[in-house]
Amino acid sequence: MKRKPESIRNKLLPVGTFILILLIWWGISVSGLIPSYMLPSPVSVGEAFIKDFSNLITHALVSVQEAIYGLIIGVLLAFIIATLMDRFETLEKALLPILVVTQTIPTIAIAPLLVLWMGFGMAPKITLVVVTTFFPIAVGLLDGYKSVDPDEISLMRSMRANRLQIFWHVKLPAALPYFFSGLRVSASYAVVGAVISEWLGGFDGLGVYMTRVRKAYAFDKMFAVIILIIIVSLLLMAAVDLIKSLMMPWTKQTRKE
Amino acid sequence: MELLKAEHITKSYDSRIIIRDINIHLDEGELVSLLGLSGSGKTTLFQAISGLTRPDTGKITLAGRDITGEPGHMSYMLQKDLLLEHKKVIDNVSLPLVIRGIKKNEARKQAQPYFEKFGLEGTEYKYPSQLSGGMRQRAALLRTYLCNCPAALLDEPFSALDMITKGQMHTWYLDMISKIQLSTLLITHDIEEAILLSDRIYIMTGKPGEVHHEIFIDRPRDERSDFNLDPEFLQYKHQIMDILGQ
Repeated sequence: MKRKPESIRNKLLPVGTFILILLIWWGISVSGLIPSYMLPSPVSVGEAFIKDFSNLITHALVSVQEAIYGLIIGVLLAFIIATLMDRFETLEKALLPILVVTQTIPTIAIAPLLVLWMGFGMAPKITLVVVTTFFPIAVGLLDGYKSVDPDEISLMRSMRANRLQIFWHVKLPAALPYFFSGLRVSASYAVVGAVISEWLGGFDGLGVYMTRVRKAYAFDKMFAVIILIIIVSLLLMAAVDLIKSLMMPWTKQTRKE
Repeated sequence: MELLKAEHITKSYDSRIIIRDINIHLDEGELVSLLGLSGSGKTTLFQAISGLTRPDTGKITLAGRDITGEPGHMSYMLQKDLLLEHKKVIDNVSLPLVIRGIKKNEARKQAQPYFEKFGLEGTEYKYPSQLSGGMRQRAALLRTYLCNCPAALLDEPFSALDMITKGQMHTWYLDMISKIQLSTLLITHDIEEAILLSDRIYIMTGKPGEVHHEIFIDRPRDERSDFNLDPEFLQYKHQIMDILGQ
């Protein structure tokens, strides 16, 4: 019985903090410490968000599309490569260090190259999303495959299970939680990845729009874009959580006996 | 009839001999315990008999057929129940059927009647995480049984349970054994468990582990419920402790 008020309090705390930050922000902009063209008040950002809404959505749809395409390709690629690396140890030894190195390449540095190679269309954006999202998922899956209790595999072998059956019944399900925590991280990277690559050129998308309003010194609109990016990232992460709970129904059950 | 036979089994790891020249056998329908202290090489012998590792020397035969180093002839159950958390209990126990190529629904249908027999009714569509430790071990035994292998190997199956649950499991197991004819080799370090459950006990001693003692428990299985309070039980216990204490 004690649980419920506690969970409400746990939810109220961050909301309260958020409101407090908004109030401080508002206080600073009203006090005139920072000129309003540099830091617009939350009210004018809200107004810009509403006034500009249809425009924002059109651009957001493009970025989201790039993010989702990139995520799908990233997931497929990560799945194939991680599975092969788990199956063939030599491949793992050969590829893992390279994967780690690729992860240290700053996305922002390769984005202009991608634009140079692939033009101003969607291709360089999707590619950049693939590059940023691939790694957390691949590493997650790889760790997940390795998390399997070797005794479970022995047990499967004692039932004369073949490699595919062991993969399907034991390894893949064991890797799912790892996969989803990787995917969650990747989903938040994906939108940011798409936006960054749009900064460097393109016709539509939140990044393109952001550059445009920045050049016009419309900082209220720019803040509106940032807020939208946050919202979209959160929605994408929520979608991942939803898919996770659908695919892993056993995690919802709790011990009863 | 002699069902399982292990002859002259020796196994070493990194040039250290773990078990030496072990000779044991299991008759059809019999429950035989292999009793030894921790580190005596019980699990090494278990792995050799189950075919998970190949012994350095020696031969394992099942119903006359040489199965040395071949897994998949015997079912086994460990201290860890190894139930798959993502599968419902019914899918866990019917996994051996599914592995053999039987469709999931058909496998469920075949497994269903055993739930009552094993005292698992009502748990079919729960997940393992919803069961208590004792119930999980019951499910693991049902899965072992549904492997439909001629012999089962149990490696300290009840040692992770608390005292009371363990006692309940022993009673349940004795009851179970009278209903299902499962030829079982039970590996344990628990002297009382060995006396209570077995028809025969092999005692593993020394380093490397060797088997020199064999004890027959004469009490019929259906008179075992209060056996551990019997003077005869204590005599067996004494005898075994003397051997282990040497």
